Amino acid sequence: MADSLIIKNLNASIGDRQILKNFSLTIPKGEVHAIMGPNGTGKSTLAKVLAGHPDYTVQSGEATLDGQPILGQEPDSIARAGLFLAFQYPSEIPGVTIANFIRAALIARQEKGAPFDAKAYYAELYAKMDALKMDRKFTSRFVNEGFSGGEKKRCEILQMMMLKPKYAVLDETDSGLDIDALRIVSEGVNHMRGPSIGCLVITHYQRLLEYIVPDRVHIMYDGHIVHSGGKELAVELEAKGYDWVKKELASA
Amino acid sequence: MSENDESQAQREAIEVDRTKGDFKYAEDYAFDAGVGLNPQVIDYISKVKGEDPWILEFRQKALKIFSDMPMPTHWATQDLDAINFDAIRYYLAKGQKPVRTWEEVPDDVKETFERLGIPESERKFLAGVEAQFDSEAVYSRMKDELEKQGVIFCGPTEGLRDHPDIFRKWFGKVIPAGDNKFAALNSAVFSGGSFIYVPKGVKVAQPLQAYFRINAENFGQFERTLIIADEGSEVTYMEGCTAPKFETATLHSAVVELVALKGAKIQYITVQNWSANVFNLVTKRGVAEEDAEVRWIDCNIGSRLTMKYPGVVLRGKRARGEVLSIALANDGQHQDTGAKMIHAADETSSNIIAKSISVGAGRSTYRGLVHMPKTLKNCKNNTECDALLINEHSRTDTYPAISVRGQKNSVQHEASVSKVSAEQIFYMMQRGLSEGEAMSLAVNGFVNDLVKEFPMEYSVELKRLIELQMEGSVG
Ligand SMILES: Nc1ncnc2c1ncn2[C@@H]1O[C@H](COP(=O)(O)OP(=O)(O)O)[C@@H](O)[C@H]1O
Ligand SMILES: [Mg+2]
Repeated sequence: MADSLIIKNLNASIGDRQILKNFSLTIPKGEVHAIMGPNGTGKSTLAKVLAGHPDYTVQSGEATLDGQPILGQEPDSIARAGLFLAFQYPSEIPGVTIANFIRAALIARQEKGAPFDAKAYYAELYAKMDALKMDRKFTSRFVNEGFSGGEKKRCEILQMMMLKPKYAVLDETDSGLDIDALRIVSEGVNHMRGPSIGCLVITHYQRLLEYIVPDRVHIMYDGHIVHSGGKELAVELEAKGYDWVKKELASA
Repeated sequence: MSENDESQAQREAIEVDRTKGDFKYAEDYAFDAGVGLNPQVIDYISKVKGEDPWILEFRQKALKIFSDMPMPTHWATQDLDAINFDAIRYYLAKGQKPVRTWEEVPDDVKETFERLGIPESERKFLAGVEAQFDSEAVYSRMKDELEKQGVIFCGPTEGLRDHPDIFRKWFGKVIPAGDNKFAALNSAVFSGGSFIYVPKGVKVAQPLQAYFRINAENFGQFERTLIIADEGSEVTYMEGCTAPKFETATLHSAVVELVALKGAKIQYITVQNWSANVFNLVTKRGVAEEDAEVRWIDCNIGSRLTMKYPGVVLRGKRARGEVLSIALANDGQHQDTGAKMIHAADETSSNIIAKSISVGAGRSTYRGLVHMPKTLKNCKNNTECDALLINEHSRTDTYPAISVRGQKNSVQHEASVSKVSAEQIFYMMQRGLSEGEAMSLAVNGFVNDLVKEFPMEYSVELKRLIELQMEGSVG
């Protein structure tokens, strides 16, 4: 199982609030898993803890990326090791164009002082933007500044496609998207799907999973996974609602 | 590739490395005025230079003004009191006459400038270069065709001796010795700097560059620059400054006077990267006559304390003045910078854009002065001050004094303070950038629109200096 993102018995808190409680999950490379769960259950927390966000404290547990431990590492090392997080709320970076930002991220992955092939870079960037139906003018806009919700999410997927991570965590990438944008973004993700990437799609709604069909679906509640199944679990959850999860838990 | 990307690629091809300033060579000087300041030191400097009596008199008068004037600590920082004028060496030189080929420059000095990339940039994009090492220029050369057109590019000693008819008229007139305590100090002990004259109608296409290097510890560098652009002429002058890291305080106190006659344009660009023990106290002012333009581009990085407020006196109708400045204050540094616009004729316009970045315990202060008397009409000023704070210890203050009278003039003023948030840094680091890279990207984004106005070579250099500072500031 070296070729997996493995999370084992993870306990993490922010301030004095325990959020992740004995959380375990394994995502083999090549698979797409979905996590569904009510608001406030700790889905974004999981994403940020994996990415090394400094505000969270990890009490115990482990997380390995293809066998390499990532907890306690700096966010940039984790990113360069191959973890990508598509943010639920991406930050704005005034004055920095998308083209320069992605370029800086790619250069950070190169050996120091190595030459950068600008021509090949722009050719690839433009091709990926075409695939995401993003206007060329986007390259010279500042990262997320004045973007609509949909534009922000598309920009996250563009970065993912350019940085080619080993594992990607997509946090509520469907929120704020209309149907057309949802389809385009999903196509982008599906395009990347393959044996060399593992994906964790976090969502509140089943809708996204009609476009990005997952291999496994997990239901998260109160800081850990309470139920796992195939793609039909998402449909069942949508039909029965989150109350069903709560009741089932109460009776268990 | 789009046009933007190509120019970016091109920029990378001609990167100039003046970021590596922290090295020094042994001190062996043929000329040394000793430690401390008194009338004998002034006599020594003047004698070594073989100056006319009127210059010695000018110097001695200035020394008197300097001694009588109090420190401006009632409005400026108390840190000025840390300067011990008795512990400073006021004149150190290896020779008196700059040579005209790099081969003739003494090896250690040549190596200094080679490490800073000067001879290389001269070959690539400059019309002329002057390299000053402590008190005197060691190298000075300008392209032959400019000489044929009558352009003069020399130091103050040669300027006042060989072309008194041109330079004496304006020397000490834009900034009199009594302007402030440090202008007086410079007037007393000035040495090195550039005297430039551009004849009527001559447009110097490539920049002239001066490079000021402090090598000695406990030393004061006091260069003096006077640029006169005759009617309808144009010139761009760039200065770069560095010093090694010293244990004790070192002083840099220059005076720069610009004169743009009718319809002339002067652009003066500074990129300084002083080490953290340098007190950088510089007076810069230009006069713009009818339809003339004076533009200061001023980038202040490093130093313990910088006090500098470039100004333009808009003396002729339709004259234009501009100050574009960037100041970066890192831990233990204070950038006290700003701009002065004195409107003295109708239809004059001025523009000030000042951006400051405070990192760690760094501190930035903006001081502005815009003066428009009510007797004037159709004058315009635009002032924009933006501050960026990186972490909560840093501090920024803005003092925009705008004295505008009269109904027929217009003034616009905008100020903003923004912060680089921890979330922004995390976002960038999640993409693989180190903390230092993330911070310099944020800073470069902040100054981006202003840097676009700079000549290409300088924007590249500035970007690298910012990166260096940010890397250094990550604990
Ligand atoms: N800075 C914080 N301080 C205290 N509690 C927080 C903080 N950030 C988030 N939380 C709490 O942590 C819980 C989990 O949040 P989150 O991971 O964002 O949930 P989800 O993404 O599943 O909606 C929520 O109850 C939220 O209120
Ligand atoms: Mg969330």
